[in-house]
Amino acid sequence: MSPDAPATNTPAPDQAASEPVLELRGVNTHYGAVHILKDVDLAIYSGELVCLLGGNASGKSTTLRTILGMVKPTTGDVVLNGQVVTTRSTRERVALGVTMVPENRRLFKRLTVGENLEMGAFLRNDADGIATDREWVFELFPRVKERLNQKAGTLSGGEQQMVAIGRALMARPQILLMDEPSMGLAPALVQQNFELIQQIHESGLTVFMVEQNANMALSIADRGWVLQTGRVVLDDTAQNLLAHPDLQASYLGTAEQ
Amino acid sequence: MQKTTKQRTNVDWFLTVLRVASLAVIAAGFAAFVAQLIDSDNPFARWANPDAISLTGEQFRGLVVTGLAQGSMYGLIALGYSMVYGVLGFINFAHGEVFMVGAMTGAITSNKLAESGYWESSFVVCLLLVVVLSMLVCTITAVVMERVAYRPLRGKPRLIPLITSIGVSFFLQNCVLALLGSTVKSYPDLPNWLTDKRTFLDVQGSKILVVLVAATAMVALWYLVEKTKTGKAMRAVAEDAEIASLMGIDVNRIIVKTFAVGGAMAGVAGILWGLLFRSVIHTTGFLPGIKAFSSAVVGGIGNLGGSMAGGLTIGVAESLGPLMILEPLGVSGPSQLRDAVAFAVLIIVLLVRPSGLFGEQLPSDERT
Repeated sequence: MSPDAPATNTPAPDQAASEPVLELRGVNTHYGAVHILKDVDLAIYSGELVCLLGGNASGKSTTLRTILGMVKPTTGDVVLNGQVVTTRSTRERVALGVTMVPENRRLFKRLTVGENLEMGAFLRNDADGIATDREWVFELFPRVKERLNQKAGTLSGGEQQMVAIGRALMARPQILLMDEPSMGLAPALVQQNFELIQQIHESGLTVFMVEQNANMALSIADRGWVLQTGRVVLDDTAQNLLAHPDLQASYLGTAEQ
Repeated sequence: MQKTTKQRTNVDWFLTVLRVASLAVIAAGFAAFVAQLIDSDNPFARWANPDAISLTGEQFRGLVVTGLAQGSMYGLIALGYSMVYGVLGFINFAHGEVFMVGAMTGAITSNKLAESGYWESSFVVCLLLVVVLSMLVCTITAVVMERVAYRPLRGKPRLIPLITSIGVSFFLQNCVLALLGSTVKSYPDLPNWLTDKRTFLDVQGSKILVVLVAATAMVALWYLVEKTKTGKAMRAVAEDAEIASLMGIDVNRIIVKTFAVGGAMAGVAGILWGLLFRSVIHTTGFLPGIKAFSSAVVGGIGNLGGSMAGGLTIGVAESLGPLMILEPLGVSGPSQLRDAVAFAVLIIVLLVRPSGLFGEQLPSDERT
């Protein structure tokens, strides 16, 4: 894959004409001398729910960190809404409409739920818009409203997940990144969590999730990629990926032992 | 500390003995004090210290107010240690020197005001002006210190900024020495209505003033940290800087603001020092700085309410401790031992509650 040919993915037909919300073009990322991401090309279109699959140390988290500017790629570009943001700071990228629900939620546990939501909207100054989005979050998660003045650290795992998603939504993102949404949750909650993600996606948001739990992720995603030692090895629709014989061999076989 | 799965080691036993011994000394001293109050001829009081004279109610009240006044000053300085520790995870030992710079600024400006006569004619306005100026100078000192000395060391092991802070401390001391000389700078006399003892509750008005100013500064800080967007961002950065930056919070800017606020509080404390002790030299910052650091640890470092409470604890303890615990036990010249009492409080609190009275609040990457 050369950096000049970003469109190696197969976007859904009706979106083929539009510009991607988020694009990685031939990205190579190193940690010191270690080559983590190798020529990664991804394109995510408005309204999609896509997932990036891969086992431990396959480069999934690095992909997200590269998108957000927490690490800079050695070569290649990150493009947000048509703007090349490769050299921009995390802050500027957040302002351009990308936000992440981090792995293990990582709420500000000593802040109240309400303050956590407020931090999510840190870069916004439109008080009315923030109030509207707060109501939207309460509508999605009535539980969050009940717990508004409680310290986030006192919430249960499932409730914390809701607050983490709510906090990200408060930035009114163009695209929501989710790092391992099923990590650290009880099995019953994992199912519930994926229903939440689907619900948010159906409300019109573009979602890009990174997940180890391939079957669960593919059951709600439109498309997916499989990452193996930093290289995209599979790129297909969710149904095709689920049926793909290599999926088991390349990834599930090692990750779910 | 006590692991149920492991057998108690010798160290555990040693610590237990230390805990019991230190608490027993306090209990015995206090019991002897009470025995004296009841009747200085009773056998226990005579056994403990035959020459001891018990405190009168007025003396006791005076000591408590003195302790509270000094304690609130320690508390204000402690906030700076605590906030910087909360956000960056190292102890900024130069913070005591920022406090000294504030006290110096106060001495210079208040003398100028006294020369012009305003200090006596409109004391409250002058005091306000002096406090604001001192806050300003200390804020600038703290911010420049962060920019020049600590920011280049961001991301380095914590020991490096820690040692740098000791260097910065000497640097500031010597700057003041070079600029202002080694003579003692005195504050002008306070108005009579402040120094007279009859003002309120039979204690010196200046001490009440110190407590009031400290309380005002504390309320302002509480409002800033708890209610404003900047304050919430400060707490968010203190807890998890990486995630805070993911929210679009400019972590560097928040760190600068943290230093600025800590500096401003040290500036207020510098003026309080001036009101209490009325003289300052370039080494003034050291002992109050170390005591304030102890206060922050006693209250639980990173915890702002704890810092204030820790300051009051140490202030009252060093004021009351010598005469309530040591004197009844027959220690001679107990009032000379107030500094020892202050640090004994630190040691005892660390022995009994290692994370401070109100629990420390560390960044989440350190809580493992």
